[in-house]
Amino acid sequence: MIACSTAAVDETRALGGAVAAVVDTGDVVVLVGDLGAGKTAFVQGFAATLGVTAPVTSPTFTLANRYEGRLVVNHLDVYRFDCPEEVNDLALPELLDDGVTLVEWGDTISSALGAEHLSVTIRFGAGDNDRSFELCSHGESWQRRADRLSAALEPWVSPC
Amino acid sequence: MQNGAGNGARHRGDAILGIETSCDETAAAVVAGGQQVLSSVVSSQVDLHARYGGVVPEVAGRAHVERLVPVMSQALVESALEDSDIAAVAATVGPGLVGALLVGVSAAKALALAWDVPFVAVNHLEAHLHAAFLDEPSLELPVVVILVSGGHTMLVLMEDRLRYRVLGATLDDAAGEAFDKVARYMGLGYPGGPVIDRLSGQGDRDAIAFPRAMLHDGWNFSFSGLKTSVINHLRRHPDAPIEDVAASFQEAVADVLLAKARRVAAAHNARGLCLAGGVAANSRLREVTLDACTADGLAAYLPSRAMCTDNAAMVAAAGWWRLQADGPSPLTVGADPSLGLPED
Repeated sequence: MIACSTAAVDETRALGGAVAAVVDTGDVVVLVGDLGAGKTAFVQGFAATLGVTAPVTSPTFTLANRYEGRLVVNHLDVYRFDCPEEVNDLALPELLDDGVTLVEWGDTISSALGAEHLSVTIRFGAGDNDRSFELCSHGESWQRRADRLSAALEPWVSPC
Repeated sequence: MQNGAGNGARHRGDAILGIETSCDETAAAVVAGGQQVLSSVVSSQVDLHARYGGVVPEVAGRAHVERLVPVMSQALVESALEDSDIAAVAATVGPGLVGALLVGVSAAKALALAWDVPFVAVNHLEAHLHAAFLDEPSLELPVVVILVSGGHTMLVLMEDRLRYRVLGATLDDAAGEAFDKVARYMGLGYPGGPVIDRLSGQGDRDAIAFPRAMLHDGWNFSFSGLKTSVINHLRRHPDAPIEDVAASFQEAVADVLLAKARRVAAAHNARGLCLAGGVAANSRLREVTLDACTADGLAAYLPSRAMCTDNAAMVAAAGWWRLQADGPSPLTVGADPSLGLPED
């Protein structure tokens, strides 16, 4: 587990961008955090690193947005999903093969997302713009990248 | 159906059956000549989705399947036309939830084949642009349309029925989404718009100075920061009167929408401002739109709540104009959940 903190929404974007530097097609990032925590801001920075120039808007209404950059970025919001089976509506297996997939509120459908993923939990800090992050690698491919991920996140790593 | 023959004879050739199933309203309508609403039936699923805090795609799809046939039958009966009087069938093909869209698109194609009439694929956003004309046939163009809903927020310069330009849009959350999420955080349930509107009536809209993001910066919008700012305020002041929070939040949304719409109208010599989309039912947004138009010498087009929210009359109307301009749509046109507004 890597613990990080940011003090502004732009830093959250930058942190997302740093994570994007170690991903590849087929990767899944699960984002967990209350309303206003900065899940979409994280994805905005993440997508920018991957060369996405279109505005990354909230997927809450459409459930799934797709962006073309150096890699395809799929941005999902599954807050309203009642059960993991509903991800069938999103053709999840096809999405996962096709690009890097970020899933907001993804903890609710974790069984459908597979063992291999990075989970990012965002919490509110003391100040209005302070946020703390917990990044947990799940599965072999993320464990293998643990050192690279730590190095990329170095600017935001919280002191133990 | 007794006067069906008479009406049918009068409208034969220009009555279009419109079908709308893009989100959580199952709707069908018959509109003659792109203007005369002969019937408009809307079956809302809001109650079905309220306990989930938003539209659940699987639930929406199933509900459309159950409701669409009775809704279409009712629209036909109320129109006093016979099946054989329908000249074309138009359906929303996007944007929206794919599982929901497919229900209406499939039904429309099946009817078009069975009745041997054209199928017309309609863009949901374009349909919203046509809604105001059904209430205001004398609407004078160009107008700036403030299109605000749960999924969309854009400023559209409408120069002609099928000629328009998107001049601004949200860079993150839609305006209606901000209402829903703020209401969700405040524990007010779903949908958030009506309850925040109601609470705001008893609150002080100047109580809290919430940020007006990008107020002087271009024509795009950002509502994510406002949402976070409201949440921060509630975290710091858990005892803040919710009426004041609601009213101050609503004021910030209305303020930034109107500030930009007025600037767009001035820059493009528009003759009026027009509201469209579900958020257009918000009473404060209607009030500030009216005030802005009075101050700027513009016409204010504030369609009825029934025309602002999702309905099929606007789909039939847009379908009629599309049919005149482009002819029938091929049956190979499918649902497109992320369809954008066509710009020429």
